[in-house]
Amino acid sequence: MIKKAVVKVTLKEEVLDPQGKAVLSVLKSSGYNNVRGVRVGKYIELEIETGKNTVLIENEVKEISEKVLSNPLIENFDIEIL
Amino acid sequence: MVMAMIGDKKINAGITVFPGSNCDMDVYYALKDVFGLNVSFIWHKDRLLDCKKYHFIVIPGGFSYGDYLRAGALAARSGIMESLKEYADSGGIILGICNGFQILLEAGLLGGAMLTNSSLRFECKTVYLKVLNKGTPFTCMLENGSVLKMPIAHHDGNYYAKNDDIVKLKDARGLIFQYCDINGNVTAEANPNGSIDNIAGISNGKFNVMGLMPHPERASEKLTGSIDGAKIFNSVIKYIKNI
Repeated sequence: MIKKAVVKVTLKEEVLDPQGKAVLSVLKSSGYNNVRGVRVGKYIELEIETGKNTVLIENEVKEISEKVLSNPLIENFDIEIL
Repeated sequence: MVMAMIGDKKINAGITVFPGSNCDMDVYYALKDVFGLNVSFIWHKDRLLDCKKYHFIVIPGGFSYGDYLRAGALAARSGIMESLKEYADSGGIILGICNGFQILLEAGLLGGAMLTNSSLRFECKTVYLKVLNKGTPFTCMLENGSVLKMPIAHHDGNYYAKNDDIVKLKDARGLIFQYCDINGNVTAEANPNGSIDNIAGISNGKFNVMGLMPHPERASEKLTGSIDGAKIFNSVIKYIKNI
């Protein structure tokens, strides 16, 4: 069985996000003055062959997210198994 | 051309090549034709069978794996990096230039991370660097406080580390180069990318692994407008000869 996992990677609060800043300034100049902040992140979909044990999948996706998909020094991640 | 020899033997240098490396030939030309080293390429799928074969390994600049995920992230997890970790542990000298610096950070051989330039632009220009620690293989022919002129060309050179780690880096004398003005003043205006404390180059605790964003290989001959990059390679050559 193939399961889908979604990993969202975002820059940590304390890390400046120049992309978000640039998007914010464009939104403001486009008249969306009520927008207070923008943070840009990554959305990653994984398709994983699960076998029988779906608990293992969560651990595996967590490991993948920690070791490869994010850089723990500057990024957080959020996992959803669909 | 000056031949760099140890006794009768030439100095062996290796240059790693990943898909998307694009300064590999520039480094090859500098090391072979300008400095007279015996140079070979190391493909990213290879392993170093004999760490002692190389006196010096360069991870060159470029856009390894198209900078996908994060600059240097995918290259840092390719086969050759396990060998390079062993090479570094055994005291081997590694210089990471630009994308090579990013790869060293992602591989954990150096501490910290690179963020997008605060300007959001690809910065391609000449910068000045202040030398902070001449006690490394890469700077042993330089003086502390001296100023080098070198080009940069990068989009993600905004060095970041936690405050505690910056303090530790400085205490360990691992801060090697800072962006400065032509007179050696470390100012916000002289910082091309937003790096914390104008950091342009750092080393590990043993000083055998260094990464820097500017390109010394592009400043190795008069024709290229500066020969200050040559001082880094000449330092490495002198260090290897004196081991």
